[in-house]
Amino acid sequence: MNPALDYIPWTGWPVEVEWGLMKSGQVLAIAIYLLLTLAFILLFDRKVWAAVQLRKGPNVVGPFGLLQSFADFFKFVFKEIVIPAGANKTVFILAPLITFVLAFIGWAVVPFANNVVIADLNVGILYLFAISSLGVYGIIMGGWASNSKYPFLGGLRSAAQMVSYEVSIGFVIITVLLLVGSLNLSTIVENQRDGWWMWHGFRLGNFVEFPNNLLVGITMLAMMVVFFVSALAETNRPPFDLPEAESELVAGYQVEYSSTPYLLFMIGEYLNIVLMCAMTAILFLGGWHLPWGAVDDPVLGFVVLGAKMWFVFFLFAMVKAIVPRYRYDQLMRLGWKIFLPTSLVAVAVIGYYVTFMAPAAQTALAGG
Amino acid sequence: MLAAIAFYVLSIVAIASAFAVIAARNPVHSVLFLILTFFNAAGLFVLLGAEFLAMLLVVVYVGAVAVLFLFVVMMLDVDFTELRQGFLSYLPAGFVVALALMGELALVASAAMSADGAPIPLAPAAPSEVTNAEAIGNVLYTDYLLVFQLAGLVLLVAMIGAIVLTLRHRPGVRKQNIAAQVGRRRADAVELKDIRPGQGLG
Repeated sequence: MNPALDYIPWTGWPVEVEWGLMKSGQVLAIAIYLLLTLAFILLFDRKVWAAVQLRKGPNVVGPFGLLQSFADFFKFVFKEIVIPAGANKTVFILAPLITFVLAFIGWAVVPFANNVVIADLNVGILYLFAISSLGVYGIIMGGWASNSKYPFLGGLRSAAQMVSYEVSIGFVIITVLLLVGSLNLSTIVENQRDGWWMWHGFRLGNFVEFPNNLLVGITMLAMMVVFFVSALAETNRPPFDLPEAESELVAGYQVEYSSTPYLLFMIGEYLNIVLMCAMTAILFLGGWHLPWGAVDDPVLGFVVLGAKMWFVFFLFAMVKAIVPRYRYDQLMRLGWKIFLPTSLVAVAVIGYYVTFMAPAAQTALAGG
Repeated sequence: MLAAIAFYVLSIVAIASAFAVIAARNPVHSVLFLILTFFNAAGLFVLLGAEFLAMLLVVVYVGAVAVLFLFVVMMLDVDFTELRQGFLSYLPAGFVVALALMGELALVASAAMSADGAPIPLAPAAPSEVTNAEAIGNVLYTDYLLVFQLAGLVLLVAMIGAIVLTLRHRPGVRKQNIAAQVGRRRADAVELKDIRPGQGLG
């Protein structure tokens, strides 16, 4: 779809200029919203972690430590950037920038509410998948360019880990696509508008379909779990934070980074986590719709999707707090020997359901 | 106009980075430039309206294949200045290959024109209400189902072949048995001994 074609210009300027300015404004607004979300979600992460360990967490800067992230930001920015003498300078600086930029451009297709989206791509979910699969480059380049043992090992681990878990994420996404029949993220959310029983995470559908709906419901629940765990691995979150396992690799690929480049890595990493939270909410938890009905109001939808993102992030934080770190071979075994076959079978089951058992397929089979 | 600017930027960067792939001294830089080339090619696909192909190019080539390239090249420990000795002696062979490719391209381009100079009608574009993914799926899974399955089979055979070639069973290697580890119970591992003072275990 060419956005310039279905758009009515309202200033006297050339349509390209006006459209470009409008989109730039939207991008800026979303970027500021994301950075603010990030500042508080970082604090939330630390608070949850602290609460599990019966600590108070950051509570000095601002009321309840609310301004902690901003203080951290200024501290990072005012430190000196140290580039190791043996490092490959261009790649060393490029790596955090790539992580940072890739973490942002994924959000271009995320629908925040009804019709609140920067680019409503027809291949939106595929675009998100592509962008998240590129995230490995920042890490692997940073690890290599540091010209040091620990970062290099961290980069290698990360590359193998992210490539492995991408495969099962891809298959989980395919199950959702089969149910919806579209790659467009807004369509995927609209498909779940009726209520929680249509959310793909626990998709029981209409009870006239009994017992076929139970098959789909159980399969999709399993797929949501697979997606969540794969998202942990894909974003290098604990318990799969082997690229930066401090007991083995000091800090993995980030060892040689300091100051602003480190900050960029950190922002990129957390933004990817928040993106995965948003993807979970959109694919499995009904996007901006409430459990008991559809939401068409953009403001309410924005709040509902935000609440769901924070809820999924709470799960991410709890996993970090209570699950011990995996060993590398266990990680690989889980990805290739458990998740990959499970998600493959799920694709077959959902495909069978959509072709032969869904109401639309039943009428088509009976009619033709 | 925007489309023209985008086209020229993308294609110039694509060609420049493709040249840099063979010109770069460091092989890791070569792979990084290769990735940039893929990326710009994906951008050109988007300009053509083939957004599904563009995304596939990014997912498959940039997201998976190039990562493995980078993985392997990074671990190579070769003296590349030594490797570049006698680089020019390969120039004639490279020139022949380039000439052959050029000839083939010219042949295809001229074959696309019929004898009277009018272009051969291309396959009709998919109707605009059908999305890319649907159009490709319709063709791939109906008209070319057999070819598609055969291609999959070739890949499967290649994968199994790679596993068979690299898998070797060495005797005397202790392997981890996950089932045995998980199936271990307290009774198998812990034994309570009542040791009397001064007597030891003996």
